[in-house]
Amino acid sequence: MTFVPNPNAAEVRLEKITKRYGKVTAVKPLDLVIPAGSLVTLLGPSGCGKTTLLRMIAGLERSSDGKLSIGGKDVTHLSAGERNVSMVFQSYALFPHMTVLDNVAYGLISGGMKKPEAHAKAEEALTSVGLKGFGPRLPSEMSGGQQQRVAVARALVLKPDVLLFDEPLSNLDARLRRSMREEIRALQQSLGVTVVYVTHDQSEALAVSDLIVVMRAAEIAQMGTPRQLYEEPDNVFVATFMGEANHVRGTLEAETAETGTITLDGFQTRLKHRNLPSGPVDVVIRPEAIHLVDPATEGCLNGKVRTATYMGAHAEYNLDTPVGSLFVIAPEASLLRKAGDAVGVVLADRGVFAVKP
Amino acid sequence: MSTFLRKDPVVDPAIWWWLAAAVGVVIVPWHMQQDGMRLSGIFALFAGDADAASALGQSLFHKRFWFWPVIAALVMALTAFRPGLDRRGRGNLLLIAGLGGLIGIIAQGWFIGVRGWSYPFLERAFGDLEERQFGVGWGGAMAFAAFAALTTTGLALRGLFGGDRFVAGCVGLLIASITLFTVWPVMTILGQALRPPSDMTFSAAFMDRMFHPKVWGMACFYSGSSCGVAWNTLMLGIGTATSCTVLGLAFALVVTRTGFRFKKPLRLLTVLPIITPPFVIGLGLILIFGRSGLINQWVAALTGVELGRWIYGFNGVWLAQVFSFTPTAFLVLIGVVQGISPTMEEASQTLRADKMRTFTSVTLPLMRPGLTNAWLVVFVESLADFGNPILLGGSFGVLSTEIFFAVVGAQADFGRAGTLALILLIFAAVAFMIQRAVLGRASYVSMSGKGDSGLPTPLPDSIRRAAYCIALPWAAMTIIVYVLALAGGFVKVWGRDWTPTLSHFGRAFSLEWTSNGILWTGGAWGSFFTTIQLAAIAAPITAAIGLLAAWVLSRQQFKGKTLLEFALMLTFCVPGTVIGVAYILTYNVPPVEITGTAIILIICFVFRNLPVGVRSGMAAMSQLDKSLDEASTTLRASTFRTLTAVVLPLLKPAIVTALIYSFVRAITTVSAVIFLVSAQYEMATVFIINRAINGDYGIAIAYSTALIVLMMLAIGLIQLVVGERKIGRRTAAPDSTPDIAAPPAGARA
Repeated sequence: MTFVPNPNAAEVRLEKITKRYGKVTAVKPLDLVIPAGSLVTLLGPSGCGKTTLLRMIAGLERSSDGKLSIGGKDVTHLSAGERNVSMVFQSYALFPHMTVLDNVAYGLISGGMKKPEAHAKAEEALTSVGLKGFGPRLPSEMSGGQQQRVAVARALVLKPDVLLFDEPLSNLDARLRRSMREEIRALQQSLGVTVVYVTHDQSEALAVSDLIVVMRAAEIAQMGTPRQLYEEPDNVFVATFMGEANHVRGTLEAETAETGTITLDGFQTRLKHRNLPSGPVDVVIRPEAIHLVDPATEGCLNGKVRTATYMGAHAEYNLDTPVGSLFVIAPEASLLRKAGDAVGVVLADRGVFAVKP
Repeated sequence: MSTFLRKDPVVDPAIWWWLAAAVGVVIVPWHMQQDGMRLSGIFALFAGDADAASALGQSLFHKRFWFWPVIAALVMALTAFRPGLDRRGRGNLLLIAGLGGLIGIIAQGWFIGVRGWSYPFLERAFGDLEERQFGVGWGGAMAFAAFAALTTTGLALRGLFGGDRFVAGCVGLLIASITLFTVWPVMTILGQALRPPSDMTFSAAFMDRMFHPKVWGMACFYSGSSCGVAWNTLMLGIGTATSCTVLGLAFALVVTRTGFRFKKPLRLLTVLPIITPPFVIGLGLILIFGRSGLINQWVAALTGVELGRWIYGFNGVWLAQVFSFTPTAFLVLIGVVQGISPTMEEASQTLRADKMRTFTSVTLPLMRPGLTNAWLVVFVESLADFGNPILLGGSFGVLSTEIFFAVVGAQADFGRAGTLALILLIFAAVAFMIQRAVLGRASYVSMSGKGDSGLPTPLPDSIRRAAYCIALPWAAMTIIVYVLALAGGFVKVWGRDWTPTLSHFGRAFSLEWTSNGILWTGGAWGSFFTTIQLAAIAAPITAAIGLLAAWVLSRQQFKGKTLLEFALMLTFCVPGTVIGVAYILTYNVPPVEITGTAIILIICFVFRNLPVGVRSGMAAMSQLDKSLDEASTTLRASTFRTLTAVVLPLLKPAIVTALIYSFVRAITTVSAVIFLVSAQYEMATVFIINRAINGDYGIAIAYSTALIVLMMLAIGLIQLVVGERKIGRRTAAPDSTPDIAAPPAGARA
């Protein structure tokens, strides 16, 4: 892992953390270290246990087993209020009957601070998220994006060791989501605070994270930098979850220390074998790694266009080939092929990888 | 790095509970004093009279050894506060000491009564006891509450209830109060029903009482004499419930599915049964159909035929109950009809079904659980109703009135009362269980808060005409009955002398100005003020406990929660008459000797009306995003602060509902309080019903009118004081009126 921890921030360490509800296991025993000052995303489909994991870090759920420490301090048995963490909720959870300023000052006053001082600090926090002067308003009088910022300010003002985000952008429209995620990232970078961020949107995860933890069925499927996960996934699940991917069967034959040859029904290509043993493997091919050529080209895989879709900036094709159906994103401004055309397929160097079957 | 975390206090705050326990044991008189639970003579450690001393004083100076365990528990609890003890250790000590104190208090109260040992085996074991003791007073009550709090704190420190001592305390409070004020009295009833008279064996006595022909006799089916009261009660319940459901459905369809122009006034009907004492309809029927009633006089004048007393008996009670409870069924069914998603009916119509087929094969089946629920709600209300049967029943007895006569009659047969109460309780409990089962399976009724698109299908013509024909005449008759009932307060002697007069109001509420100030000379003032005072004390307590219970049940997770929820729900189905009898049986004797006091009335109001608080609280809580609580928790707020700063302000509509409802119902209830009133604390409804039974309808009606006006004023006042919650345009305050009237099964009367 390539992240350099920030010595002023707190590390989150989970050891054999487990959550069971009766007979259902929501989180299987897992070990995870969230480096100090990093922004780590918990990514996965709904029901994979990512939110439960986040809520256990927050202290809103107690782990059934295992140990959780924040900044070297064992907090396994502490309640949410006794841990120095803050959370931004999916629904923002702004108190609708309090003004924005009262919302932001709420945590400070809970902690025993006097009201004038708390209000001054809250005002500062609002300024830092670009909401100077909005204090006297009610949350309902603000837009979704502004409410989001209030929620962030309310969490930040407590100077938490760890800041937790539970799908914070899912209630915003697509355009606002993009700019908010950049703001969150910029804020985290400038403060150097440790952030754990839950999302089910892989592009959001790729955009904001230092590290991504992909979860599947109550356990960790893979952890790594965005680039590692996208370009070197450990398994088909991670590969398909991190982006569009074709998934075919092939045979690997190792040749050098790093590379090998993949045979796909007679068609061959060379790639990094990443220490997989020779033999049958799953091959994952990103749709943009497939290049369409003249079917007469030597060494290419022959196929036929089933559907062709014009997408504006690019074109999408579904091909029938001897190795199976392939989905292709071609950088064409106009549709060059139509359904029924014969095409040849060659693969790029990047975006094709073998994973354990 | 600076943080803003709360700091730990130096001494565990549970020390305050220990201090309360110490005050209760050492300083305050343990037993109830002659002048009741007064605050006088607080400092009673060295009182010369043993019964006026505190527990410590009694054990030190009067050789009352049975207080030593309690004192030992108190000392032990103090050791839990020594510094250096970890959470778990302190928790263990508090738990053991708290439980010890509770057991000590219960044991001494249970085993030693007004005649020494309460049980012969104790006398045999320990010898004759010279001493005796009276009911628990301030000291005992304080010590009990404080030891209970220490126990729950101990449990929380040991990690139960998520380690939250506030939640633990709330759960403890709920369990203790349900046990003390519902489970125990009901068990006492059971014991009374099972205890044989001295000359009979246990089983013979039970069988004789339980299956007496007066209870289960079926003579009415084959001869002219009447059936047993159990059959009477069931037949009345079934008749009333069926009629009310049909009428209620007609009303609901007219209001929700037709273009009827006066929907608003029709909806107002649903408010009537809330603000009128339950016997007003009975009075109205007497004034119309009674021997000197309008109809009787009219018929006699026209034809010379005397209609006689037909209104007294099954007919009259049934009619009165249908008038009284149709609004209840109406209210339940409005929700049911509105809950049916129009899209289902639209789907049916696009599938080539005509309006009639859509109604019979989609709408009606979807309403079936709701209809069943409405039927059961009314059935239970009919079972529990006391006012109408006692006014109109004549020789037609039902369980609730028979229980009353068994207790107040010359016989004072508590065994019989207990048995009848047990039968009534079983009926209510069975109805309640069926209701739970029906509602549990009714999840396919689309009740989402989101507005379904689409318009409700208009009713088929024939159904619409039928609904109009049923609902509108009945609405008109209801209004006539109410108007005539109230008009009776303004004429001299109904049926004989129609001179308009205010003399009934004068007799009830006259004032005299003298040199010493105002003299409240009217006969009703005493009960009027008592009623308002007790209702005003009970309402906030009811609302507080009810909302607390709702919050604990909907927001907290702990072991045994489903059990607590079930126990709480079960207490809701105990009919008022049963509670009334159970209370006098239980609290007539030590250890809790509160019969004849205001406290027993207040407790009765609180636990009779608790369902309303719980239900409105639960409904409101389910609309409140749970992440608001969680946000508050992660923002360092204690559970108590979360509750007071976030949850309660957002629950204002539910608070208003609970306050209004418990206040109003404390005023209008009859069935339970009729057993509990005393000369000193008479209630308005009991005053009225006694006048009505004696045929003095004028003053009874005048008083009822005054109560209705009072309740309207109170509703307005409470709404004004609690106010609206201010949260801007995003979340509109849900309309609180439907909640107000949502009737919990069996909680009325």
